[in-house]
Amino acid sequence: MSRLAFLNARLVDPESDEVSVGAVLVENGTIGDVMTGQIPAPSEGRVIDCGLRYLAPGLVDLGVKVCEPGERHKESYRSAGLAAAAGGVTTMITRPDTTPAIDSPETLEFVTRRANEAAPVNVLPMAALTKERAGREMTEIGFLMDAGAVAFTDCDRVVTDTKVFSRALTYARSLGALVIAHPQDPGLSAGAAATSGKFASLRGLPAVSPMAERMALDRDLSLVEMTGAKYHADQITCARALPALERAKANGLDVTAGTSIHHLTLNALDVADYRTFFKIKPPLRDEQDRLAIADAVNSGLIDVISSMHTPQDEESKRLPFEEAASGAVALETLLPAAMRLWHSGLVSLPALWRAMSLNPARRLGLDTGRLAKGAPADLVVFDPDAPFLMDRATLRSKSRNTPFDGARMQGRVLSTWVGGTCVYEKP
Amino acid sequence: MTFPHRHLLGIEALRPAEITTLLDLADQYAALNRQPDKHADALAGLTQINMFFENSTRTQASFEIAGKRLGADVMNMAMQASSLKKGETLIDTALTLNAMHPDLLVVRHPHSGAVDLLAQKVNCAVLNAGDGRHEHPTQALLDALTIRRAKGRLHRLSIAICGDIAHSRVARSNIMLLGKMENRIRLIGPPTLMPAGISEFGVEVYDNMAEGLQDVDVVMMLRLQKERMDGGFIPSEREYYHRFGLDAEKLSHAAPDAIVMHPGPMNRGVEIDGTLADDINRSVIQDQVEMGVAVRMAAMDLLARNLRMTGEGAA
Repeated sequence: MSRLAFLNARLVDPESDEVSVGAVLVENGTIGDVMTGQIPAPSEGRVIDCGLRYLAPGLVDLGVKVCEPGERHKESYRSAGLAAAAGGVTTMITRPDTTPAIDSPETLEFVTRRANEAAPVNVLPMAALTKERAGREMTEIGFLMDAGAVAFTDCDRVVTDTKVFSRALTYARSLGALVIAHPQDPGLSAGAAATSGKFASLRGLPAVSPMAERMALDRDLSLVEMTGAKYHADQITCARALPALERAKANGLDVTAGTSIHHLTLNALDVADYRTFFKIKPPLRDEQDRLAIADAVNSGLIDVISSMHTPQDEESKRLPFEEAASGAVALETLLPAAMRLWHSGLVSLPALWRAMSLNPARRLGLDTGRLAKGAPADLVVFDPDAPFLMDRATLRSKSRNTPFDGARMQGRVLSTWVGGTCVYEKP
Repeated sequence: MTFPHRHLLGIEALRPAEITTLLDLADQYAALNRQPDKHADALAGLTQINMFFENSTRTQASFEIAGKRLGADVMNMAMQASSLKKGETLIDTALTLNAMHPDLLVVRHPHSGAVDLLAQKVNCAVLNAGDGRHEHPTQALLDALTIRRAKGRLHRLSIAICGDIAHSRVARSNIMLLGKMENRIRLIGPPTLMPAGISEFGVEVYDNMAEGLQDVDVVMMLRLQKERMDGGFIPSEREYYHRFGLDAEKLSHAAPDAIVMHPGPMNRGVEIDGTLADDINRSVIQDQVEMGVAVRMAAMDLLARNLRMTGEGAA
């Protein structure tokens, strides 16, 4: 029996909503016990003295884009896996918006095989909801679930045909499958590169009102009410969408919502002089929206924080803003960026870990994301105060399109453990 | 007299005193341009490349004449026809040209911010000749010079800008310039052609010409950019002309000595009545074209002085 003990750590427990000093004992890759207080070192096995640093469940990142198949030069399972490990992410839930899309059991099997060979962390794939993400015919949801798909999504493409979408929701419900949608009215948001307002108008950028998000969420929630499906909104980014979400939850619909770390830590003005690394989908919102979303994370109305890790090569970003590709890498910056929310007093540490670990795991029916006996020993040891200057050249991702390049950040991962095995240790 | 800028990318970065400096110099060039011998040597030995990624006759001709009168070697590149079709990126094109050591690069591009991007990659002076819906600084400067010469001042004037504000870089640059010089700005147009967040611009907004034009000193009409329309911004040209086209009746609400301006090219009978546009007592549209050359000479002269001082560029 292999034993491992983390002693003298500040334990971040998302289930009990507490941070307390204690120890975690690991047996055969599983958490054997969690104890508070000063615990003497056990007689056998490896002992890690955390020196009052923080120990928390590893992050479960819902919505990571790995560019296999199709664009391996942007990100492979190997590079994404290393980035995840260095970022404290122990489970990547990958997106199917590859080229071609992951919309058949055969493609899914290829991806799963690649992931298991190459990535040091857990990888669980999502599959497309409709074939080629075209919004016309649903995929083989049953076969795909058998092959290991944990959720179904067309990613940033909206299924515009409500009949197609309602049938897909109905079919998914019969299998208990989770459907993840991107609430964004496609008509209103067509061609938009920014959020409408004074800044976008001054910069002359085509822009979309945040109302496009609420409209699409309203539509989706109506269809969820009609079909009884299990639904997750990938990114809620504006205050105006929150009342609808709150109502849906109060009415007992099986609904959860996520947001991205970038929408929680940056706002529309960060685009400044057309900095394309800040071009993401949906576009960055104004400061009031950012604060409202952070508040909703803290209260639990928004369930999940994702990196929405989207690798783009230099060529796709070195273009005029309107033409540049959307998306940012974030596996390695998720935790330090989240620490900004804690340091500024917007979101508590247990609330952050509910959103980055416990809730996404629960939503997908995974056992991880907890500091509890019997849970897999997917853990991260970190120092939330350690300051550093972000240098994108140090990123492990093949693509280095991070908006935090050159930013002062606080919070470093010291070590990452997957099933009791160390997959990253800070040099 | 200082103009501490390497490029002229927009009005946003200019201070009021710098605008005045530029307009004062342009006044001198306007006088020169009326002489039989129009040559000066401020740009002698320098190379000016006009890169237009979007069609233009007037602006390109104006920059070309301005450069030639100051003694520069001027080359025009129609970019649509060449490299972009071959898949070359904007930055590659810029680097290629940069290797030929131009001193002044005049750029127009259909996307906002594209000229800023290009300016980061080259080591010559870049002049923005219009980028997307963002800025068109020399147009705002020539408008300012025209107003100053017609009205005797460039402050405490009431100025109406009418029409398609949303898609207009001319409007953005003018709002910024005229605001910096402490004028009262009114925007008039249908709400579908107003940009979002307009209430935070420090301007007054009207959707009725008679109200908006009340007692204004300057009426600035904008071209209704049909090619920019995704469709459905206005019901029809004739309804637009009826409600927002400038004619003698609507102009009667303005101050008796109000001047009428248009950046061109005009759609007669869409945004402006043809007879009114030709009325030499009210319309300063031809003066705008004349001042365009003078302002561009002044802008390139000032940037060239900075180039020579820092020893960069073609050196």
